[in-house]
Amino acid sequence: MTTLTDNILPFSDILAAASDNPLGQDLNWLQNMRNANGALYGDMGLPTIKLEDWKYTNLTSLTDTSYRSAIEADGAASIDVMPCVFQKGNPGARLVFVNGMPRLDLSTPDSLPYGVTLEPLAQVALRDPAFLESHMGKVADDKDRSLLALNGAAMNSGYVLHVSKGVVIDSPIEIVFIGGVAEEPLANFPRNLIVLEENSQADIVVHNVGVGVGAYFVNSVNEVSLAQSSRLRMFGVQEDALEATNVSTTCVNVSKDARFSNFNLSLGGRLSRHETYVALQGTGADCKIDGAYLMRGRQHCDNTLRIDHLVPDTSSDVLFKGVLDDESRAVFQGKIVVHRDAQRSDGQMHNKSMLLSDGAEIDTKPELEIYADDVKCSHGAASGHVDETALFYMRSRGIPDAQARNLLIQSFLAQSLDRVTVDLINDALLEKITQWLPATCYRQQEWIEE
Amino acid sequence: MLEISGLHVSVDGKEIIKGLDLKLETGKVHAIMGPNGSGKSTLSYVIAGRDGYEVTAGDILFKGKSIIDLKPEDRAAEGIFLAFQYPVEIPGVANTTFLRESANAVRRYRGEDELDAMQFIRILREKVKELGVSDDLLKRAVNTGFSGGEKKRNEILQMSVLEPSLCVLDETDSGLDIDALKVVSEGVNRLRSPDNTMLVITHYQRLLDYIVPDYVHVLADGRIQRTGGKELALELEQNGYAEFTNAAA
Repeated sequence: MTTLTDNILPFSDILAAASDNPLGQDLNWLQNMRNANGALYGDMGLPTIKLEDWKYTNLTSLTDTSYRSAIEADGAASIDVMPCVFQKGNPGARLVFVNGMPRLDLSTPDSLPYGVTLEPLAQVALRDPAFLESHMGKVADDKDRSLLALNGAAMNSGYVLHVSKGVVIDSPIEIVFIGGVAEEPLANFPRNLIVLEENSQADIVVHNVGVGVGAYFVNSVNEVSLAQSSRLRMFGVQEDALEATNVSTTCVNVSKDARFSNFNLSLGGRLSRHETYVALQGTGADCKIDGAYLMRGRQHCDNTLRIDHLVPDTSSDVLFKGVLDDESRAVFQGKIVVHRDAQRSDGQMHNKSMLLSDGAEIDTKPELEIYADDVKCSHGAASGHVDETALFYMRSRGIPDAQARNLLIQSFLAQSLDRVTVDLINDALLEKITQWLPATCYRQQEWIEE
Repeated sequence: MLEISGLHVSVDGKEIIKGLDLKLETGKVHAIMGPNGSGKSTLSYVIAGRDGYEVTAGDILFKGKSIIDLKPEDRAAEGIFLAFQYPVEIPGVANTTFLRESANAVRRYRGEDELDAMQFIRILREKVKELGVSDDLLKRAVNTGFSGGEKKRNEILQMSVLEPSLCVLDETDSGLDIDALKVVSEGVNRLRSPDNTMLVITHYQRLLDYIVPDYVHVLADGRIQRTGGKELALELEQNGYAEFTNAAA
């Protein structure tokens, strides 16, 4: 446990004013939740590198900046060009947040089929507070995670997706968080709930994108509840501004024969940490947690996850791949826990990194903790530099060095991308990766020279 | 076509090529034979410009110009092609994409217009038909999961797409059974012309039954020890390399 003596406690002024937040101000249970979480955060403070889980990711830089909690007025900032991860626009529903606040004028949630609601959290708090009360804090209920507590106390925004029994949504839902459109550093604490009832299906893309240059802070919590035989495929594209700090906690309960998959592409931010906790609660439950991180400069990206196989015949598959340039750093901490009764569990976890420079660093820690005796589990981690023989092979075919390196990075990431089977999203991710590549500009450079 | 004079090459500080002289004539097939460790692969790499193969003395002239300061991609664009002994697998990059990137990179260097996907496919189909390569190889990732024969056929396909004036074939026969060897050799023979030069590097005489050389050079201890006609290969097959390795020692 943390000791009280070396706590760092930024955001205390935000917490002091949390009860004034209009979100759920007249809901007693929500106020109680804020207070209880505020007390937890006050006891723990921000996690420090003295904690085992936080050994490689240092949040002290958050104390360098004084953040103000975003309010509704901050959401009114004007957006010149609407970012979209899909090259040809998204055929599905879209919900846009600016500086953490919902902007219905930029959103198109109306194309959803009957039986689906996608709304800002504040709207649900007014329309159907009972629904919120029965879901909020139920999946993400851990008491010893201070970022979760901070969000629970300071939540100021978020969305709720609710898919009724048997409803299948064809086109991906797009949630866009546009950050950094402000004169001063803002802090956002989105609380997002995703509830899929039996036999329903949805695909959702969460796009975090920064447009400004200054610092901002996002601490989001996603609570995902998947009923029997439902299927959620979630995709994250994180391209926050370079001074931004983005931490998120995603907690998922997967019921019998339900399937959850997640692919997180991390590109932006000064510091990002994505925590994912999946509980496989019913037989036949399955999850696939994937990610790719592409970092340069002095960026830092941390993916930390834990999967609990609680019952027999469940499966999990994890693959994270990353490319690190300059002095960037990535962290992968993954743990698969197979509980005593969870016989015939299948758990796979792999992390591979490609280091483009001597200054880049990966700290990786895939772990298995197995208490059942009939399981099929494996894990592994690897890191390496560009394959010089492959590079020479390509150059000997006339392909310039920079372009050959690009191709080798694409080749390295192909295994990850192949696991994204939704074509529209696969194309979007490939485009983002291609834009990131160190020498994507080679053609442009040549064009300029001409 | 290629003129190597007084060449010394070191790898990791160890001298491998020790004063090599070699002249390759336009329109001819030259074979280099030699025992293991004689510097055969080093010679092919240094012609293609691999990093880490340091020329400490001497020069390599290609069409009269020194190439030792050129990058590998520029040598390729100038018309030098190295068929690898062990072609590299590149998962996730479609063979067609790779071939087109390669062809267009060379075209850009030469100041020619790039080919779009449709134009390129048309040219590629022709080459594929000529060489009897299966269409399937084009769709798959570069060399990934290819058999030994498929990999070598893919090398020959790349060669025919790039239309080089100097082809260096590094131990093309290694890892091939006799049928694959015939197919690959036929491909090479089809690409022979009065305008280009082939340098066939091999340990065994067998390959030279199918790709018949105009000249045979014996490489041992980092130097050309002897040059002769195709009959020299047969002589080596009978007597081995002992004469040369002893002479070198």
